[in-house]
Amino acid sequence: MSVILILLMASISVAALFLAAFLWSVRSGQYDDEISPPLRMLHDNSISQNIDTTNTTTTLKPIN
Amino acid sequence: MQVEKFFYDNKSVKLFAYATILWGVVGMLAGLLISIQIYLPAANFGLPFTTFGRVRPVHTNAVIFAFVGNGIFMGVYYSLQRLCKARMFNDTLSKIHFWGWQLIIVSAAVTLLAGYTTGKEYAELEWPIDILITLIWVVFGINMFGTILKRRESHLYVAIWFFIATWITVAMLHIVNSFELPFSWLKSYSFYAGVQDALVQWWYGHNAVAFFLTTPYLGVMYYFLPKAANRPVYSYRLSIIHFWALIFLYIWAGPHHLLYTALPDWAQSLGTVFSIMLIAPSWGGMLNGLFTLRGAWDKVREDPILKFMVVAITCYGMATFEGPMLSLKSVNAITHFTDWTIAHVHVGALGWNGFLTFGILYWIIPRIFNTQLYSKKLATTHFWIGTIGIVLYAIPMYWAGFEQALMWKQFTAEGTLKFQFLETVTHIIPMYVTRSLGGLLYLSGVLIMVYNIIKTVKSGALIANEAAEAPALVKSTGHAKQYWHRWIEERPIQMLVFSLVLVAAGGIIEMVPTFLIKSNIPTIASVKPYTPLELQGRDIYIREGCYLCHSQMIRPFRDEVARYGEYSKAGEFIYDHPFQWGSKRTGPDLARIGGKYPDSWHYNHMLEPQSMSPGSIMPSYTWLFENKIDTAITPAKIRAMQTLGVPYAIGFDKEANANLMAQANKIQAGLKVEKLEVAADAEIIALIAYLQRMGTDIKGAKAIPTPTK
Repeated sequence: MSVILILLMASISVAALFLAAFLWSVRSGQYDDEISPPLRMLHDNSISQNIDTTNTTTTLKPIN
Repeated sequence: MQVEKFFYDNKSVKLFAYATILWGVVGMLAGLLISIQIYLPAANFGLPFTTFGRVRPVHTNAVIFAFVGNGIFMGVYYSLQRLCKARMFNDTLSKIHFWGWQLIIVSAAVTLLAGYTTGKEYAELEWPIDILITLIWVVFGINMFGTILKRRESHLYVAIWFFIATWITVAMLHIVNSFELPFSWLKSYSFYAGVQDALVQWWYGHNAVAFFLTTPYLGVMYYFLPKAANRPVYSYRLSIIHFWALIFLYIWAGPHHLLYTALPDWAQSLGTVFSIMLIAPSWGGMLNGLFTLRGAWDKVREDPILKFMVVAITCYGMATFEGPMLSLKSVNAITHFTDWTIAHVHVGALGWNGFLTFGILYWIIPRIFNTQLYSKKLATTHFWIGTIGIVLYAIPMYWAGFEQALMWKQFTAEGTLKFQFLETVTHIIPMYVTRSLGGLLYLSGVLIMVYNIIKTVKSGALIANEAAEAPALVKSTGHAKQYWHRWIEERPIQMLVFSLVLVAAGGIIEMVPTFLIKSNIPTIASVKPYTPLELQGRDIYIREGCYLCHSQMIRPFRDEVARYGEYSKAGEFIYDHPFQWGSKRTGPDLARIGGKYPDSWHYNHMLEPQSMSPGSIMPSYTWLFENKIDTAITPAKIRAMQTLGVPYAIGFDKEANANLMAQANKIQAGLKVEKLEVAADAEIIALIAYLQRMGTDIKGAKAIPTPTK
């Protein structure tokens, strides 16, 4: 039956680690900035397109 | 803040895009050919390298590693540079990566057609190519991590995490599953045997789907979908949660490919549980994709690119709903070994991977060539033809799979099987024909795309080096409060290690016990190693890709036991390097074919299957009657097996060929009695020896489990 023991111990420790990391992330306010990363990626910083790279959240004009 | 000028490398993107298109067409043509061969045996052309068993791996490998593979690199090379605000790390590495990958593809196609295969589905490439893949993958890794390290944007966008997880996991999967012992410069035996080989292989096989066809494409989706719709992803939080959950859960689901097989029960249950859980992160990704288009559905109506992406994401959702359902044992009992599986994977491949790739191609090509798409109308036509193609492909295959399963399991009132196996095959031929039609439509759509893209390319000029500027990255001076996720996002190496730990935990926990704890595999005293002739025959069986249509795994169901004999035991496979359980029954199971028919039946059947089973769709294997067994290699094969733990007597390698010829002469003499003249060292003799051996070891014997302590 040692198989199931190894399995349980390993599974529980990994799951515990994951749960701890998740709780910590929520408590420490990890997800505060969810606004700028998805907006920032919409800009390529290509010179020809003349996009203001410093103020990414306000320039949302189409880039095609 | 110092603003730096730099250039995005579009040339590599262009090369990968062209390769994606080229190999896509090649892979789909191979697919179309093998789909026709299934109902038209004449389409095998009677040549070894055009026969189903050899073309099928070319189709799967071309579509997965050549079409989708180049699609991944195209997406990564385009998006990573822009997300990191940096050129790819090193131009030479980009070149080596591109040409190296194409070299892998070409050598894969040549060796597979020539019959050099490991016999493990989706990992068929032989050891020199495996090494080459590892090297090129490392080159890709250095180029990718180098770019990430010299980035000008401290935050790592969600797409990059997907790329990182992809790189690490594929590296690990490939290395673990490719453990093989070479005995010639193009052939090797799998390091693992039987049940263990099966577990490792499907751990790999499932995760190849997860980390080659899914995570990189999710990363690519998180970049190109917002770009094409010009709006941010629906929920960034969801993308973070769904990423970690997905990579943690996916790695455990492999055993669901082996339900009701000789794999230990606990491993099967573990696979099922994690497969069910997978639905949450998978649908998280799908909904995040679809919701990104909230309020922009009017754009979808007009823009073919968004149309492709919407159908791709929907297909992803369908396939990832179906996956967990197919992992339920009661559902799997019906669907496994049937064409249902084929429908399932093609919803993923044609819908998710194919359509997302086409959407991205239509988006990227005009941009890097500084022009407009030649014809939006043709792209829309491609979309509709492709969509109809997918429907015409999938529905008949689902239908076929279901009918197949029900017919296999049908008993008469008297308690005997109602249908011969062959009847279940010929019954679904109309569905096979419709499937080919669906595939043909899909391919026609792709050809329209090729024309559209050629025209687009001609109307513009490549911006090989696209100028861009961004402020240099200022080293973080240590804010008052650093959150762990932000911390890890800024440290790709730590993140790499963390992901590897998560992913490795799953694999190790599942595999180590089977290796270490012997009680998992009941030893059966009567199971003996293959004779040299049988071993040669087995290698011919692998070479011709028999495992692609015939399983060697009788599940413990009433119908299977009635049709094929005693269900398969784990201990029967301990000398099988590699295992040959198969995944689909286009032909009947062969696990207990030994002794079922006389040698002469096999002889005639391999020469002309229709002479023995009228209406059979099996190709004939005429070359086996002319080719001679390569006896020069027999000692090396025996020695390799000895190294792998097969208990041949010491020095047996020197007597192996004498033993081989003695057995061959006996079979030849038996055939001669039936007026069938063939050389004793013809390959067919070895194959017959192997077929007649299969499953005979335990006839009348009982499994003896080692006593539990």
